[in-house]
Amino acid sequence: MTGATFDTATLYGLCGAALVGIGLFGLVLDPKPIRKILAFNLVGAGVFLVFGVIARRGAAAGFGGDPVPQALVITGIVVAFSATALAVTLVQRLSSAATDAGQPGQAASVPPKGETGTPGQGDAAS
Amino acid sequence: MTETAFFDTLLVVTMIGLAIWMIVVRDVFAAIIGFMAFGLLLSLVWLRIEAPDVGLTEIAVGGGATGVMLLRARGLASAGDAMNAVPSVPFRVLVGVLAGAVALFLGALVVFPPAVAPTLAPLAAEHLASTGVGNPITAVLMAYRAFDTFLETVVVLLALIGVWSLTPDGAWGARPRVASADVPAPLLLLAQWLVPLGIVIGIYITWVGADEPGGKFQGATILAAMWMLVMMAGLRSAPALSSRRLRIALVVGPAIFIAIGVSGFHFAGAFLAYPDGLAKPLILAIEAGLLISIAAMLGMLLAGPPLEGDRP
Repeated sequence: MTGATFDTATLYGLCGAALVGIGLFGLVLDPKPIRKILAFNLVGAGVFLVFGVIARRGAAAGFGGDPVPQALVITGIVVAFSATALAVTLVQRLSSAATDAGQPGQAASVPPKGETGTPGQGDAAS
Repeated sequence: MTETAFFDTLLVVTMIGLAIWMIVVRDVFAAIIGFMAFGLLLSLVWLRIEAPDVGLTEIAVGGGATGVMLLRARGLASAGDAMNAVPSVPFRVLVGVLAGAVALFLGALVVFPPAVAPTLAPLAAEHLASTGVGNPITAVLMAYRAFDTFLETVVVLLALIGVWSLTPDGAWGARPRVASADVPAPLLLLAQWLVPLGIVIGIYITWVGADEPGGKFQGATILAAMWMLVMMAGLRSAPALSSRRLRIALVVGPAIFIAIGVSGFHFAGAFLAYPDGLAKPLILAIEAGLLISIAAMLGMLLAGPPLEGDRP
């Protein structure tokens, strides 16, 4: 890191970069959907933080940071929340569909009780 | 090492530690609580890099509301056991190397920035007076890039429609179940005492957003949280999805936004352009409508759809 200025913004920028890496690792490797959503939010937090550092470096005209990227990050946080809400509800519905179809995880081998011959439903659910 | 440098280092180390813990801890509940604590620390970081508006959003939406949302689904972690296959060691190493490479690349971008940092701050400052608001971020959200903000509210609305469309067939039009069977007494007390205060704070944060850090998204999240508290304590049940009043509340903000935007063609020559001298009152009108709509959207997103067995 010689030759480059190392200030507060740089420190937090590196923190953001590390968060993206940690989040990606969890996103790919953790098999549980809810943990994937959590890890994805971690990636998002890291990306926002790097972007915030870029905004901080663009400080000018008496502002502590460039207001345009800051406003974009605010938009991003709200959109990330909406996407999380949709993802969580999808997982919830998926799991209740799997439970309806039989034992969780074994849905494919157990035909749905009381249904009129829809063996494909278990596959779709799990 | 100065005090602030020590604080910065401590904050970064704690956050990275929390992030790693969130990924490796076995208990999902613990991971989600870790995420909420992480959100609180992250909002401190936003204060340190001179972005208090983002910090407020992070603490309200990023950590708080997202954490509550994840808690709703934590019981599902045991479901879908077919998805619990543990990846092999070589694959884990490969993913670790690739994720590390992405982090290193981003880190390099941070450490070796361009000689002249790109910025739009002077442009934002130049026209600030004509918008009538003092907070440059509100000016970006409501004047310079108002179209983005409009689309953002539509995205939240679309997400809500997506969530509602996952309602089981028999439960369509029912009220989402939020309150637990027996409400703990402290929660009831909290809902009775905190909510009036929270409503005032939520409206205040929106109002000062014109000139100081704050704004409708942060205020609306606080209002939505207060609404959730009332519903969780069982003081009021959630509105039915088919409720006309709810639907009006959901669309009033975007509707005002579109109306003012389209009238901009006539009075100022472009979509979402404000006539001279009227920018501030028009922005306030849009923000007031959006406050109601976004609070309703976030509240209903948090409440989730009605479940199997709920009857309209």
